[in-house]
Amino acid sequence: MAKVLVVTSGKGGVGKTTSTAAIGATLAQMGEKVVVVDFDVGLRNLDLILGAERRVVFDFINVVQGIANLSQALIRDKRLENLWLLPASQTRDKDALTEEGVSKIITELRTRFDWIICDSPAGIERGAMLAMRFADEAVVVANPEVSSVRDSDRIIGMLDSKTVKAEKGEQVQKHLLITRFDTARASRGEMLSIEDIMDILATPLLGIIPESQDVLRASNVGAPVTLNDINSAPARAYIDAARRLMGATIPMVVPGARKGLMDRLLGRRAA
Amino acid sequence: MMGLRLFRGRAASTPVARSAPVARERLQILLAHERGLRGQPDLLELLRSEILAVVSRHVTIDPEKVRVRIDRGDQVSLLEIDVEVPNADEALRVAAA
Repeated sequence: MAKVLVVTSGKGGVGKTTSTAAIGATLAQMGEKVVVVDFDVGLRNLDLILGAERRVVFDFINVVQGIANLSQALIRDKRLENLWLLPASQTRDKDALTEEGVSKIITELRTRFDWIICDSPAGIERGAMLAMRFADEAVVVANPEVSSVRDSDRIIGMLDSKTVKAEKGEQVQKHLLITRFDTARASRGEMLSIEDIMDILATPLLGIIPESQDVLRASNVGAPVTLNDINSAPARAYIDAARRLMGATIPMVVPGARKGLMDRLLGRRAA
Repeated sequence: MMGLRLFRGRAASTPVARSAPVARERLQILLAHERGLRGQPDLLELLRSEILAVVSRHVTIDPEKVRVRIDRGDQVSLLEIDVEVPNADEALRVAAA
């Protein structure tokens, strides 16, 4: 059965698009048929992170308005045959997105894919609401920082009340993904710890993605971080997270927790 | 340079640098408050619709004329329910019941 997964956060810049691309690519590599859907009308970026920006012809809103059909708008990834992208419109007004239109497209995508991963825009406005509206599961992306945790809490409240599932009395299954985590700073008490964030948000942990230059490097060349360097720390953390989404039990590793004295003395520049 | 790093490392472990506990506490207080506020509009709507259902079982009323509001005070809050009932005798089905 197809699953609709929303990647959301409230706050901007925490890593929703990076996480959508990395998790989508990993699930596709595991043999799942995956479509990643960009809901950020007017500020699309998932195409750029996936390196597909020059292949966008039609977009989500073109399909809603009947200008193109879904097959024309879907872009197949060049590297992974199981990964597809449905881009957002860059030029349209964000009001062009309607609940009926989104519902129709999600219903059609459900018949074609195993995973429909909705990359939410920041904020709590229409785009963010529609991205989560039909979700079965949600990845709440949070940074270990007060404003991000507060916004995540707000988003969790919305997942529990404003989604179709919630309105039917069911639950959207929520997963917490902590990104840009710096173990050294957290261990020195300079940054909220994993336990702090989990206590406050009371949401099961899907993964811990370390702060890393590999993320920027991958976005520079237009590849999901898991494909750009599969052995990098963030790639390994995303792969574990995706496997947990598939139901695998993998022990949670706090990235870089085994840093020795030498590392600490030599400073802790992110790998 | 090395000496400086070591010094910085030590300074970081003093209570002054441990700002995460402050962050945690501030968040816990703030979110407890915000979570309380979050349910409010829905609670009002629920109260309104249930009061409307109960009252209109006995009296014919205009759904638009049922107002429910909450004033939150420090010690107590005031729940105010305002139902406008038309005066016409036929509106009162109570006698028939």
